[in-house]
Amino acid sequence: MEKTTHHIPMWLLAELTFACPVQCSYCSNPLELSASRKNELSTEEWIRVMRQARKLGAVQLGFSGGEPLVRNDLEELVVEAKSLGYYINLITSSIGLTAEKITTLKEAGLGHIQISFQGSNRESNKLLGGTDSFDHKVAMTKEVIKQELALGLNFVLHRQNLHQVEEFLTMAQSVGAEFVELANCQYYGWGLHNREHLLPSQEQLIDAERVTNEFREKYKGDMDIFFVAPDYYDDRPKKCSNGWGTTFMTVNPEGEVLPCQAAKVIPGLEFPNVRDYELKDIWHNSDLFNRFRGTDWMKEPCKSCPEKEIDLGGCRCQALMLTGDATNADPVCSLSPHHDEVLRITEKAQRPYDEEETRNLVFRNPGNSKKIRAEKLELT
Amino acid sequence: MSEFNLETASFKLNPRYQFQWEEAQQCHVLLYPEGLIKLSGSAAEILQRCQQPTTTATIVDELNEAFPGTEGLANDVKEFLTDAQQQVWIVQVSD
Repeated sequence: MEKTTHHIPMWLLAELTFACPVQCSYCSNPLELSASRKNELSTEEWIRVMRQARKLGAVQLGFSGGEPLVRNDLEELVVEAKSLGYYINLITSSIGLTAEKITTLKEAGLGHIQISFQGSNRESNKLLGGTDSFDHKVAMTKEVIKQELALGLNFVLHRQNLHQVEEFLTMAQSVGAEFVELANCQYYGWGLHNREHLLPSQEQLIDAERVTNEFREKYKGDMDIFFVAPDYYDDRPKKCSNGWGTTFMTVNPEGEVLPCQAAKVIPGLEFPNVRDYELKDIWHNSDLFNRFRGTDWMKEPCKSCPEKEIDLGGCRCQALMLTGDATNADPVCSLSPHHDEVLRITEKAQRPYDEEETRNLVFRNPGNSKKIRAEKLELT
Repeated sequence: MSEFNLETASFKLNPRYQFQWEEAQQCHVLLYPEGLIKLSGSAAEILQRCQQPTTTATIVDELNEAFPGTEGLANDVKEFLTDAQQQVWIVQVSD
């Protein structure tokens, strides 16, 4: 039977490669790192994907990864995306970026660059990201501003760097950044593996939000700051990607199409590939995109909840990871019978910050990926 | 940068915004980093005319010609442009 949805996938996230020079311990990518890049979609395949998504109504396009600058066809893809009518966002660590490349990408039609920082100074950025790249990030930030391309700075927050918010905002303000996102990391993939050492205490969050508010007040109109707290501390969950299968479509480097970046953790789901199916067919008809679309799949307490249309039961991946069943309510919700699992996890995070703890983080790199796989095999 | 006299200055669409017709949504939109604004028919008629440098008087004249006899047109245009200026959807063009 043909199904169709009235929803339009307005956002296409194109994860061009899993390859990345940075080794963030909070990365939401899967723990299994592809050994090679030979299975990545080709330039022609990406162009086909962008055409098909545009036809479905996609209008915001994010080039992400891994590190999208690793792809040497990025400029070609930007030119093509621009001619299709996308607004194009580049989500990057800035490693591989140069002043010349910014000019080329801008001329090709790039609208916006988001540069991520791992720490607020040279030493901690190196310690937390595994690359000596702080000075380069600052230089590229200045260059993007100079070339008048829309810029967002993204500082990924967690237990080991929340105390640096003030130093980071001071740097951002001094170089003239107009938009800063302070986003606590989410606990998927490597982030889940490292959760014990990433989840902050309530006190750390309160301090960071206080500093953020002071900056907001002081630089009103010059710098917009967006603060994202970890949802483990909320009593209601967040919608999955604005609602599963309503707005977002992620295509991973090897062509699999996902309703959200983390969905690969859910067992029993098949991920249709753009090499086998048209995106239109995947969006409207696939079991994957229909599985948690709307509210029909819900069990109690979501099913009869008056707020079910507001959060749509929260994150399916989080439900799976914390309760073992993706059709359960997101346990972040205080109405979930599994909510005490979240309380147990956050309770353990109330210990004071200790910089020695940073050494326990497991960084995202092929060596650690192999090690984790071996440990898992031993366990089973 | 957003401070300019709407009565006298020339202005145009802020180059950081992308203005276009969206077939899937059957409306014009303004695109910006990671977001979009759906435009009403009359907002789109005005912003369409801001793609090249223009003035409030020119837009009012053009719209009066395209939609003769529309009551309160000049006021509606001014009201929208004031809002557009605040949102920095339009920016001054220096002579």
